[in-house]
Parts: sequence; structure tokens; C-alpha cells
Amino acid sequence: MSDMTPSGASIPDTTRNIPDRLQSPALKAFKSWETLLLAVAIAIFITNSFLSPYFLNAWNLSDATFNFTEKAMIAFAMALLIIAGEIDLSVASIIALASTAMGYALQFDVGTWGLVVIGLATGLACGAFNGLLVTGLGLPSIVVTIGTMSLFRGISYIVLGDQGFRGYPSDFSFFGQGYVYWVISFEFVLFAGLALVYYVLLHRTNFGRAVYAIGNNPTGALFSGIKVARVKFILFLLTGLMAGVAAVCLTSRLGSTRPTIALGWELEVVTMVVLGGVNILGGSGSIPGVVIAAFVMGLVTFGLGLLNVPGIVMSIFIGCLLIGVIALPRLWAMWRP
Amino acid sequence: MSITRRIFGGTALAAMMLAGGAAHADDPVRIALVVKALGIGFFEAANDGAMEAAEELGNVEIIYTGPTSTTAEGQIEVINSLIAQGVDAIAVSANDPDALVPVLERAMQRGIAVISFDSGVAEAGRMLHLAPSSDALIGRTIIQLAADHLPDGGQVALLSATATSTNQNTWIAEMNAVMGDYPGIEVVATVYGDDLADRSYREAVGLMQTYPDLDAIIAPTSVGIVAAAQAVVDQDMVGQVNVTGLGLPSEMAGAIESGASQSFAIWNPIDLGYAATMLAYELSANGAEAAPGAVIPMGRMGELELDDSTTGAMALPFTYDASNIEQFREIF
Repeated sequence: MSDMTPSGASIPDTTRNIPDRLQSPALKAFKSWETLLLAVAIAIFITNSFLSPYFLNAWNLSDATFNFTEKAMIAFAMALLIIAGEIDLSVASIIALASTAMGYALQFDVGTWGLVVIGLATGLACGAFNGLLVTGLGLPSIVVTIGTMSLFRGISYIVLGDQGFRGYPSDFSFFGQGYVYWVISFEFVLFAGLALVYYVLLHRTNFGRAVYAIGNNPTGALFSGIKVARVKFILFLLTGLMAGVAAVCLTSRLGSTRPTIALGWELEVVTMVVLGGVNILGGSGSIPGVVIAAFVMGLVTFGLGLLNVPGIVMSIFIGCLLIGVIALPRLWAMWRP
Repeated sequence: MSITRRIFGGTALAAMMLAGGAAHADDPVRIALVVKALGIGFFEAANDGAMEAAEELGNVEIIYTGPTSTTAEGQIEVINSLIAQGVDAIAVSANDPDALVPVLERAMQRGIAVISFDSGVAEAGRMLHLAPSSDALIGRTIIQLAADHLPDGGQVALLSATATSTNQNTWIAEMNAVMGDYPGIEVVATVYGDDLADRSYREAVGLMQTYPDLDAIIAPTSVGIVAAAQAVVDQDMVGQVNVTGLGLPSEMAGAIESGASQSFAIWNPIDLGYAATMLAYELSANGAEAAPGAVIPMGRMGELELDDSTTGAMALPFTYDASNIEQFREIF
């Protein structure tokens, strides 16, 4: 791309100058979704600190991160899945099933690490089940995962009924309640670490390029030698695994398991992904966008919570934010062609 | 915090410069009422009660809050923001007795008085639990309701839920324990409608056919009481058989109107919110200690006596009849 002059021809006066890029990277970054979202996040942060005297406090902000860390972990994997043109609506039910499996394992005295392994393995197994149905049988993922959403949580209800598991070992509580250093919680460190892992995976590896390629044109990707089914299967595995990780954290934070655990989280996770600038139809999106979206949602719910704004108003606010942030670039394009 | 302190300007600065104690006394005692979910009539009524208590106490600010759906995770987010605001007390009706324990423990570590009301939290997560009533008080109430309208004694029958339902069996046992106080009244039968409307209806009809002299049907279940009232209307026995027990005002308003039921009982959410606020105030501002055996005042509701699991029963279930049904049918 750097040299568009036809080789051999030397007619310097009539050669058109075709630029390498249409705009400088700095300008492109400035106009990007992530920048817009970051501006929203900063605006919310500043507004919150003016509106509530309790907002700017290290411990309070640390508490606030628990509102989004677990959901964001799933959102990273979900972002890749949606970029590849698929979706997994069963993630919240995977949390319920993984948590139930851990609770069930309590009676066998498997120890803290045993519980973690069981939680992650259940997540992986659920992800593999979804992946097999979608890639093996060629079923649409939205239908498959609406089905498994009922299936996975249904199993939890059968096992637990109106009962619950509790009595998790005391060192198990570290994952959801522990602090690594001062106000930095283990969950937050895990969130940051996973953000980095997914950033590298999506933006710096061949696998990540394949994910974009599949989302933009699955047939083209197939003919380019990308193993489309295998990539998609791996993405379902990753989403299941992340739901397993979230299940470990959430179960540890609650110190108990009930079949209603994480009810309705799938939509919050998808909201986070879409707010982060991932195209719901697949093909584009970024991990930094999802990270900022996680902060936006966490800051909004925490800020409004500090003002004791009723939850329903919060839901309306998040809904308006989602529509607004999505509509804004389009309106911008309409007004300034 | 420094930026916002500056915005609040003079008053905040003055408050900070004054000696802590004197300035602190003017700050209102902030009591948060955390309910299962917003938009539930029962809890809106509890909030009315809390407001009444706040007015009576003076210098109390009520924060009425809760999640949009009845989830423990939603309540945890709400409680996190209350901890951040440094409220003085939290009274919670829990969506999950166990899942709230870690966050409520942290609230208590940061000096917030925590009580549960209506739907309890496991012992580790609260200082005390305010139950709307107790098994003994409910057992006493259901027979008293029937006896109120049988000054000369008579025959009563019980229409319960399932034969194995723990709640109903406990209440009936407690009722039997006090039957000595009602010498003229004879319990002729106990039948089970399994908490199904049609089954309960058939059992009620059967009772009236088997015992033509029956004077009252006691149904300590909200399903059974409605079905029994309908059966009495359909069998044209209004005025002869009085249906009573435990029911919801919204569902029982018709039966009170038709006369199939003279009165019934259930806890009063206004009283519950009032008592919860009073207790939260006592624990946070008056230095009351919630220990087994402790007795804590709760304004017009009398005193709460705590048992070994620091649980206390507020009062006898509240009686609903023609005089107050219109007010409460809108609430729950």
C-alpha cells in the first residue's frame, strides 16, 4: 500500500498522490467509539464525584468494582463470540449450574482447589455442549443457547429446589471477597489480567484475525483456509470457561448457591458487549471498548445507587445510555456527511 | 472526598471544625429499608410504617430502596452503596438468607447496625431478626378469630394445606395447645386442600355437607381461605358458616363484602415497617444490644423479646374485617 505508483511508469507530473491512510492514526483514535465511550465514562465519574460526597473514596470505589468484574469476565469471551457472528445466551445459567456443581461437591470434601476445578470444568463442559450443537449440527446459536439457558438452570432447580448449598471452606471466600493489596480486590486483578489476555488474543494473534474474518464473511473465511467450525467451537469453550470463572467468583462472594444465582445476567453481559462497540451482527469490535463499557455500567449503577435512585430508574438510564451511545455516531454521520 | 466537601461549602466546613460530638448530634440518623424488590405493595406499606416511625422519633431519615427484581445479587449492589454512604442502620427483607451474609458482615464491621425483618438473614449476617409473628401467636389468633363470632361456642373445622406442610401443622398444634381457653368450641375435623384452589373448594363443600351444624371453617392458608369462602357463598351458607384464618386482604375483600368471612388475619406491613425502623434506631442511635434474651422497645408496638437465635416476634397477626379491608386491599 505504501507505493501506489505503477512500477515502470515514470510520468511524475500526472501521478496522483494517493495517501497511505485516509486520516492520521491520532485523528482516527480520537473519532473512535472507544474515545467516545471513555469520554462518557470520565463524564460519569466527574458527575458522580460532584453529586455524592461518598463517591471519591478508595474503599467505596473498590466495592463498586464488584458490580461489574464478574460480568465483564464473561463479556470478554462473549465479545469474541459476537464478533464471530454467534451469541451465547446461556452464560448466566452456566453460572448457576457450575455453582450448583461446586455446592454439590462440598459433601465430598474436595478442598478449595477441587471446587475451583469443578466450577471451571462445568463451565467448559457447558460451553462444549453449546459449541457441539452449533458447530456440529449447524444450529443457530441464539436458538441453541436459549434452549440450554433453560436446560442448565433447570438442572440446578432439580438438584436444589428451594434449598441452597452453603458452608464453603473459609479460604474459598478469597476469590470473591479477598484483597490482593490494599483496596485492590482479587476479582479486580483477575478482571484486569483477563482483559489483557483477551486483548492479546483478539488484537495480536492469528486466531483473533480469524475471529474477525469469520464475523465479516464466514464463507470467505472458510475458503481462506480458516477452520471456521473449530474457531467457533473454541469460542464457545472460552465463553463457557469464563462463565465458570465468574461462577467461582460469584459463589465465593455470596458464600452460597441457590438456583436463582446470577438470574438475568446474560442480558447485562450482552449489553456490556454492545455498549463496548461490538457490532451485534458480528465483524467488528474491540476489547478496550468492552473494558470501558464495563466501567461505564459499573460507575452508573454505583453512582445512582449512592444517590438512592430506585433500581428501575437505573435500568432506564442504562437503556437510554445504550441507545444513545449507539445512535450518536450514526446521527453524527447523518448531520456531517 | 475533598472536592465534594468544598462544594458543600460553609456548613460542611463548619461541621468539620466543630468538636465531633456536638456536630454529630445534629446529623440525622439514616436508616435504610432494603426490600425484596421495589414496586411491591406490601413493602410500600412497610415504608409508610417506617415514615411514621421516623416522624415519631424525629431527626431520622428513611432511605427506602431495593433492587428491581427479587435477586440477592441486586440487594448486594444496593447494600454496597448503602455501606459506601455510611448509613447508620440497615433493615433488610432478604431474597436469600445466606447470600447476603458476607456483605452484611462487612456492613456491621463498618459500624452499621443490621437487622432483618419479614424474610430473615442467617444469624451471622444480622444483629436481630424481626419476625412478623410467631407460631404460638398465629395458633392463638386463628382460634380467637373463630371464637370472636361464637360467643356460645360451636363446631369448627380446619381446612389446611398439605398434611405434611410444616408451617400449617405447627400452627394447628399451637392452636390445639390453647384450646382449653375456649371450652364451648369443638374442632370436628381437619381436612387438607393441598393449597390447590379446586381441591380446597371441594373439601370445604364436603365439610359443610358432613357437618350440617358447622359454624366456622378455619383455613390457615391463603389459598384455602379464599376457596372456602367461595364454597360458602356457592352453598348458600353465608351467615351460618364463618370462614376465617390467614389470608391476603386483596384476595379476601370479596369474601368480607359477601359476608362469607367476618374477619381474617395476616401480619400488617405498616406495623412491620414501623417496628423495624424503631429497632434499627434503638440499635444504631440508642446503644441497645441485640443479645439472646434482650428486650428492645419498638414504640407503639410494645417490646421485642429476643430468643436464643436473636429472633423476636412482633405481634399477634393483624385482624382485617369490614372496617379496614378497603384500606388494605389496595396494599397487598
